[in-house]
Order: sequence, then C-alpha cells, then structure tokens
Amino acid sequence: MIFRVLDKEELVKFFDHLSANNAIVGPVESGIDRKGKPIYAFEQVSDFAKMRLDYTTTKLPSKRYFLPFKEDLAVFKVEGDEWHKTIDFNCDKATVFFGLHACDINALNKLDKVLLGNVYPMPYYAAKRKNMFIIGVGCLPQPFCFCRSMGADTVLHGFDMFLTDIGSRYFVEILSANAYNFLQCIKTRAPEEADNLLYMKFVSEKNKMFASRVDTTDLTKILDMEFQSPVWKQWGDKCLGCGTCSNVCPTCYCYGVEETVNVNLRAAKKTKTLYSCNVIDFAEVAGGHNFRPERSTRLKYRYYHKHRGFVEAYEESLCVGCGRCGESCLAGITVPEVIASVRGEEA
Amino acid sequence: MYEYTYKSEITRVSRLTDKENLYRIRIIDQNDRKRFSFKPGQFVMLEVPGIGEAPFSISSSPSSHEDVELCIRKAGNLTNYLSRASRGMRVGIRGPFGTSFPMENMQGQNILLIAGGLGLAPLRSPIAYVQENRTHFGHVDIIYGAKTPSHLLFTYQYDMWRRDEIGLSIIVEKADSLWKGQVGLITNALEAVIAGKDAAYIHNTSAIVCGPPVVFKFICNILSEIGVPMQKMFVSLERRMHCGMGKCCRCNVGSTYTCLSGPVFDYWTVMNLKEAI
Repeated sequence: MIFRVLDKEELVKFFDHLSANNAIVGPVESGIDRKGKPIYAFEQVSDFAKMRLDYTTTKLPSKRYFLPFKEDLAVFKVEGDEWHKTIDFNCDKATVFFGLHACDINALNKLDKVLLGNVYPMPYYAAKRKNMFIIGVGCLPQPFCFCRSMGADTVLHGFDMFLTDIGSRYFVEILSANAYNFLQCIKTRAPEEADNLLYMKFVSEKNKMFASRVDTTDLTKILDMEFQSPVWKQWGDKCLGCGTCSNVCPTCYCYGVEETVNVNLRAAKKTKTLYSCNVIDFAEVAGGHNFRPERSTRLKYRYYHKHRGFVEAYEESLCVGCGRCGESCLAGITVPEVIASVRGEEA
Repeated sequence: MYEYTYKSEITRVSRLTDKENLYRIRIIDQNDRKRFSFKPGQFVMLEVPGIGEAPFSISSSPSSHEDVELCIRKAGNLTNYLSRASRGMRVGIRGPFGTSFPMENMQGQNILLIAGGLGLAPLRSPIAYVQENRTHFGHVDIIYGAKTPSHLLFTYQYDMWRRDEIGLSIIVEKADSLWKGQVGLITNALEAVIAGKDAAYIHNTSAIVCGPPVVFKFICNILSEIGVPMQKMFVSLERRMHCGMGKCCRCNVGSTYTCLSGPVFDYWTVMNLKEAI
C-alpha cells in the first residue's frame, strides 16, 4: 500500500479538481434533531465547505446512490397482444463518494459478494458500483458503534483512497491507480516517522473509545441452539414491524418487484423497491399462506440472515456494526442488546 | 441473464378444475427454444408485462423442446389475469431456475411420488420422465391426495400412467355422490401403499414429495419410520419469489434461498434449515 501525507488546504484543491468533471456525494449537515444535535446526510455537494468530514454518522446510509429505494428494471411498450421490453441498467455517470466511513465501505464490500457474485450478478448494481470513486475518511466511534466487534472498524479494500485526520494534515492510503494519478494535481509528500506515529496514535485512541460491543464468538451455533428462545418473543412484542431497520441498514438489499400499467394502456413498467423482512407480507405466498406471520419470527429471521446465513455463505457477517438500526428503531431495539439476550447475557 | 426474458406465446389453455388451468407456452424465437432446456423440478418466472411476474414449477416433460406446460391456480393478480388468457397471448419467461429431482441417481430404484393438492404440478415432470424411461426404474407409485374429487388434477392422464405400470393411489378428504375411491388423508393412502412392501423394497426406494406446507412433516415422518433414508427423500418447497436468482431474499429458508439451493431439497438438508417445513 502506498501512503502519502497532504496538508488540509490541499484537500480543498483536490475536491475542486474532482468536482470540475464529476458528481460528488459527501456528508453534509442536513438539520438539527430534537436534542439539538446535527443530523448528517449523504448529499450531492459542489462546495467543499458544505461538507462535514468530521460527521458522526448519517441517519441513512449511502446506498440510495447504488441501490435506489425505487428503480425501474424494465419498461414495456404494449400494443394489443404484442409488447417490447427495454432494459436499462440506469448507469449514471461516475460518482465520487467523498468521506465514507470504514463501516460503509465494508458494507459495500459485503453487498458486492451477493450482488456481484458468480451466480447471477446484478447488472443494475454493477453498473453503479463499477463507476464509483471512493474516498474513505477515518472516524471516532459513537456510543452506539460496534463496528470493531464486527471486524468492520477498518477497511482493507473496496475504496480508492482513505484519509485519516492527523491534526493539520491528512494521512492518505492510496489503493487505486486512479487515485494515485489524480493526486498528482495537488501537493503531497511521503509520510515521515512523525506522521506514522500520529496515525498510530489516532488508531489506538480510537480503539479505546468503543462503548458498544457484540460477542460474535460461536454466534452461528448459538443462534441455532437458541432458535426457540423466549427472548425472540420478547423482542417481537416490542418490534413494530415497520422495516425502518432495513431502510437505514447499509447492507440490507432485499426487495420486491411490482409491475404497473401506464394509464393509456400502451406502456408498462417493472419496478424494484427495497423491502424489509420485518414487514408483515414479506414471506406471504399466493393463496394467503404466510411463512412468517409473527413479528417475532420476522425479527428473528433478520438476525438469522445477518449473523448466521450470510456467515455460512461468505464466512463473514452481513452486519458492519454501524448501529444505525438501533438509533433509528422506534421501539429502541439494538443489535448489541438482542445478541446479548440470545446469549443469555445482560447487554 | 438478469431480466433477459424469452418472449413466448400461450399456445393452449386447458381447464383442469374450477381454479386450475394448464398453460402450454412456446418460446417464440426458434434458437432460444432449442437452447431452452430444464430438468424435472425446476421452475420458471412467468411474466405478463404490467401485471406481474411469479415463479411456477414446470409441469411438462424435460424431453419436449417445443413447449413448456405450467399448471397454475387462480390465486392472485397475475394468475387471475392468466385465467382469462387465450391462445396467442404473449408472455415472458425467465429461467429455468433452481435445483431438480436427481432422476439419473434414482435409476434402478423404486420411486414413491407423493403429492398433496397442487403439489401434483411439479411432480408431473418427473412422472413424465419416468414414463419415458420406464425400464430404468423399479416399482413406481404415485400417491395423490386432494380435497374433493372435483379438485383432482390431470384426471385424463391417470389411465396412461397406469398403462405405463405406474401405481396410482388417489384419496380425497371429502367424497361426492359419484366417488367410489378412497376417502381420507394422504397419509392414509401412503400407509396403505407401503403396507404391502417388504424390506428389500424400502431399501431401494427414493421418494419425491410435494404438497401444502402442512403435509411435508407428516409424509416424511412416515417414510423415515419405515426406513427410507433422509437423503433419498426429496421435497419441492414453495416460497414467495421476486427474482429467482438469490437476490431479493423473499424465498429465504434457514440460511439459504429456495430459488438457488431449492426448490428441490433432500430431507436431510431441509431438516437442517430452520422453518423450512
């Protein structure tokens, strides 16, 4: 890996060079919550000053740019019995993601495993994913972050460059030739021992700050053993079945497909909408049989998919420990508490 | 592959019961039609633009490259629309998807084909395979249960099956005035069929089971008790599906997807998938 160091003013110039020809998505302050704390969101930005690289976390992940909530899979021209199907992968122009945290880049890497994997890769996702330039930024954990427990507090691949704030400068990891070439437009220098020490100091201080933890030891087995545990019913009774957790999750990709006819009956559309396994009709089949009619079985299933099924298929969990679901849950259900209760421990 | 639809034409609609029709469907492009091949137990996604798309097991013989047949019950938007379809209607099919019944591995064995209700639809394909390769198999028995005689599917084929030396035991839960056959549950019919079989028969038997969710456990328990090994029992599961390609997650069972690892599972695998049956 190649490391460079750059002054903070240089990053502004870098942004301006990038924004001259590319759309840039970055973290901005989009409002203030009830407690007076800023709300952050990933938005398209054209001014570096509007970005808040010191953001804590965003309410919503960046997935709407590569897994839109609603997306047309195909459109049809219909004439009587005859029709013609047109498929558009909705490939936008290249997008720069400026300032993703390690958890969100890890989330992309996990999505890649399913959506770009060897069986039926999904071109709608690939078209956008292959057209991204990702600049990561180091962060400090919030009280609800448990990314370290999920092994997602650092990221090893899946980005172009990664920035870490070391005071008046940024420490930069460069992963792609694209990033290396583009960095030629600003002043950077090789890191000195003092820079390395600052970087390591940042990392060790960060590691001391984690307040939330999840014990994943033997979790796949424990989830199987405790499949009938009464705690699922308790969490199910609290759960509202609203699906907010999936909406704010950077790795939830489940969806439903709907077809609609244009009002003039000459055209039709096939639309994919992200869905949630906590919503009541997720597993309902024709004729009305529902394989998971209770909220508790649906909630359990979500944990099962994230922490067991995905581990079985890819040897890693589908959770990055960003804590967004717990923060947004209207019933206050958090992953560390649910897992601890399944393990028979106090959170 | 993704979203690639074979444009197809409905070439025949045969009424089977009040609720079920058999649709014969032909891929319009000749090269595509030649290339399209499937194995018994696999399914396709059938699409009517603007109305919807859903998974259906293929009910016809895998050796026929002209048409595929789908047995479809009126149950929702798409299937109600289809029930008003006539010859010539254009539909789309994607696939074939999923796993199949391992017919080659069953060669030389006795086969029990057990279907409850609409579960006969996915079994018609392995039945056709057996008919075409009858000498490759030992005793073959179909055990089929339905609610009433008017719910029975494919009645016009029963004589042909019997002529091909396939045992056929039919049972209905509720008889009507004309019914002369067995009355009871499908498990009763199964027990009656296996009552006359010896240990040598059981030792060399594979089973294929499909039905509504409630029947799997009862049937497979009986088969286990008489000594059919779990890895020689095959079930075909039904789940909601929106993609057929392991992406939408709607058909998830345990730690896997019905569309990729299924719909045909052996009983051992199913027992290890939480909430599969």
